Amino acid sequence: MEAVHRIIENYGKRDRSLIAMLQDIQREKGYLPREALKIVADEVNVPLSRLYSLATFYKAFSLVPRGRHIVHVCTGTACHVRGAVKLIDKLEQTLEIKNGETTADGRFTLEEVRCVGCCGLAPVIVIDEEFHGKLTQKDVGKVLEKYE
Amino acid sequence: MDRKNYRTHVLVCAGTGCVSNGSLNIKSALEEELKKHGLDGEVQVIVTGCQGFCERGPIAIVQPDDVFYQSLTLKDIPPLVEEHFLKGRPYKKCMYVPGKKEDAIPKMMDIDFFKHQMLVVLRNRGRMDPEKIDEYIAFDGYRGLAKALTSMTPDEIIEEISASGLRGRGGAGFPAAMKWRFAQKADSDVKYLICNADEGDPGAYMDRSVLEADPHAVLEGMTIGAKAIGAVKGFIYVRDEYPLAVDRIKKAIEQAKDYGLLGENILDTGFDFDVEVIRGGGAFVCGEETALMASIEGQPGRPRSRPPFPAERGLWGKPTNINNVETWANVPIIIHRGAEWYATLGTEKSKGTKVFSLVGKINNSGLVEVPMGIPLREIIYGIGGGIPGGKAFKAVQSGGPSGGCIPASLLDLPVDYEKLAEAGAIMGSGGLIVMDEETCMVDVALYFINFLVDESCGKCTPCRVGLVRMKEILERIVAGEGTESDIGSLEALAHTIKNSALCGLGNTAPNPVLTTLKYFKEEYEAHIRDHRCPAGVCKALITHRIDPEKCTGCTVCARNCPVDAISGERKQPHVIDIELCTQCGSCREACKFDAIIVE
Ligand SMILES: Cc1cc2nc3c(=O)[nH]c(=O)nc-3n(C[C@H](O)[C@H](O)[C@H](O)COP(=O)(O)O)c2cc1C
Repeated sequence: MEAVHRIIENYGKRDRSLIAMLQDIQREKGYLPREALKIVADEVNVPLSRLYSLATFYKAFSLVPRGRHIVHVCTGTACHVRGAVKLIDKLEQTLEIKNGETTADGRFTLEEVRCVGCCGLAPVIVIDEEFHGKLTQKDVGKVLEKYE
Repeated sequence: MDRKNYRTHVLVCAGTGCVSNGSLNIKSALEEELKKHGLDGEVQVIVTGCQGFCERGPIAIVQPDDVFYQSLTLKDIPPLVEEHFLKGRPYKKCMYVPGKKEDAIPKMMDIDFFKHQMLVVLRNRGRMDPEKIDEYIAFDGYRGLAKALTSMTPDEIIEEISASGLRGRGGAGFPAAMKWRFAQKADSDVKYLICNADEGDPGAYMDRSVLEADPHAVLEGMTIGAKAIGAVKGFIYVRDEYPLAVDRIKKAIEQAKDYGLLGENILDTGFDFDVEVIRGGGAFVCGEETALMASIEGQPGRPRSRPPFPAERGLWGKPTNINNVETWANVPIIIHRGAEWYATLGTEKSKGTKVFSLVGKINNSGLVEVPMGIPLREIIYGIGGGIPGGKAFKAVQSGGPSGGCIPASLLDLPVDYEKLAEAGAIMGSGGLIVMDEETCMVDVALYFINFLVDESCGKCTPCRVGLVRMKEILERIVAGEGTESDIGSLEALAHTIKNSALCGLGNTAPNPVLTTLKYFKEEYEAHIRDHRCPAGVCKALITHRIDPEKCTGCTVCARNCPVDAISGERKQPHVIDIELCTQCGSCREACKFDAIIVE
């Protein structure tokens, strides 16, 4: 939890930067552990409920641990009309999980996301911030292979 | 800038699309290869912001030759360098080819996608390195700011923006100068300014591209606005999904401060203005101005009713002016080149240009900038090169979840704020998503309602509950369980929500349903009466079948079927067991012989 203290310091313990702190913590830990939220509440001097209200309002936050690799399937309109639904079907079949779930071995978490702004390459999936564009169902297996 | 010492420049695109296709490796390979041939003193490789033709990435342009290279791979680099830079003849293999039987086009300005565009906001895309302030300055950057700070009063700045006719590019098209004036008149020692870079509309990425390609233009515009309004501090609210944009704008802020163009005592005029970047939390409703301000304050982003407008009570209760990224990026060039020049572009009520993301079922997909008033047909066919695979155009969706679907009969519509609104759509932030005969309009309506149900903040009842009722009706229709009264119920709900929701999200949420009902009612009726999805999309209403004439028995479909619904002997026509089939379409994608039919 060393990192959590450092992140809070980075923002001068200001309560207006709570969202940024939670983003950095999630980037560091992969999700928002209860313990970390408690530290933030103490140090910034806000009620824990305020942190939960932020963590549940904003889509990007997760309160449960996620897989080693996060597979984001873009569901923007361009991706939708160019077959995002088929990619989701294929990913769900291949990984044997549903949207929002994590594989039993903890390797992948599958999440549908809002437009990632890479519409020229639709349909797009983003794994750990790496973009893969113009995908078909056939490409899915090969793309996943890269991530241990 | 040290560009003069080189005879030629290779401008390699480093927008998000091209970077994901490996453009940074292409850049290194080019540099290495040029060095190998001793050309590194003559040819300079520069990385630029998004050049717009994302689909063809990675792309590079050689100047002053104006030669456009696309779909580059590492293997192409040695022959390309040898041909182009040693032998002096453009390398054909990586040129753009418009159609199968057509010739390759070497020059960028001869390619339809680029030829018909008019670059004002995107003037610096593809010609400079966005991470170098010197390059921005060399292309007349910060001249508008110098003019505004040293020779204009705040009133004169607002007058100039007013005369230019600039309207907000974030959606509603509100005159920029009018908003600035309200904020200027507000009586307060502290005022704020915001750049809205939340860009929530799905299918739109122009703001991302402007921030990545020309971050200083946004900073310069904001600083000019701050002077006009009397703001002390600005915030740029950027989606967290745009890491490259966040990175570039942060670098630009540091550089501008180093050069005395931002921070304290800007250009020695005694004017102070600082800018901070805030990353959004991933909620569509945070694009709405009051929700966005709540989010900057560290609260959940729920809208509040207006008035009071932000110009009276904004961030932390102080007068605040908020504009979109593209609006801000227009400001420096208006001040630098004058309102008179700007007002010659566009139509009577919609001045200037607009950046659109032309995406979906379109041949040339990417970012395009065109003068306001250009007909839709010119964008879709002239620039976009029409629909792939010889399919028929069905509709273009404009304006995101608040917008609508425009049918083929309105292709000659001139694109400006008024004309789009008359058609039932809106300009919105500029996403144009093209749909063909294989796009189901009921499915599209459901897609947007699903989006809005998810993104509704839940504060007001019409939006929170009403949209869910619309969703339920649409789900029934796509499942083949719709009834004749459903269309009337959808319309009634739509009008109630439009008139009673708290914020713009709810007020415009029914638009995708209303426009598809207006222009594509027969598609709804086919689902309801005939239990048929004419576009072949809605899973409950379609069946996949194998054409025995075309099937070669290659077994690929059977191996790709996730539920083992396909059987057949090798080299014999296969069959699909309709009891087992889930209509997922895996077989159709896998088949190389077009033998899978959807009915
Ligand atoms: C639901 C909703 C979402 C919005 N999303 C955005 C957005 O992503 N970007 C944006 O610039 N404006 C968005 N707006 C419009 C803003 O509220 C505001 O009008 C705009 O930023 C003003 O800038 P402009 O006058 O330069 O257009 C949205 C409005 C609503 C109601």
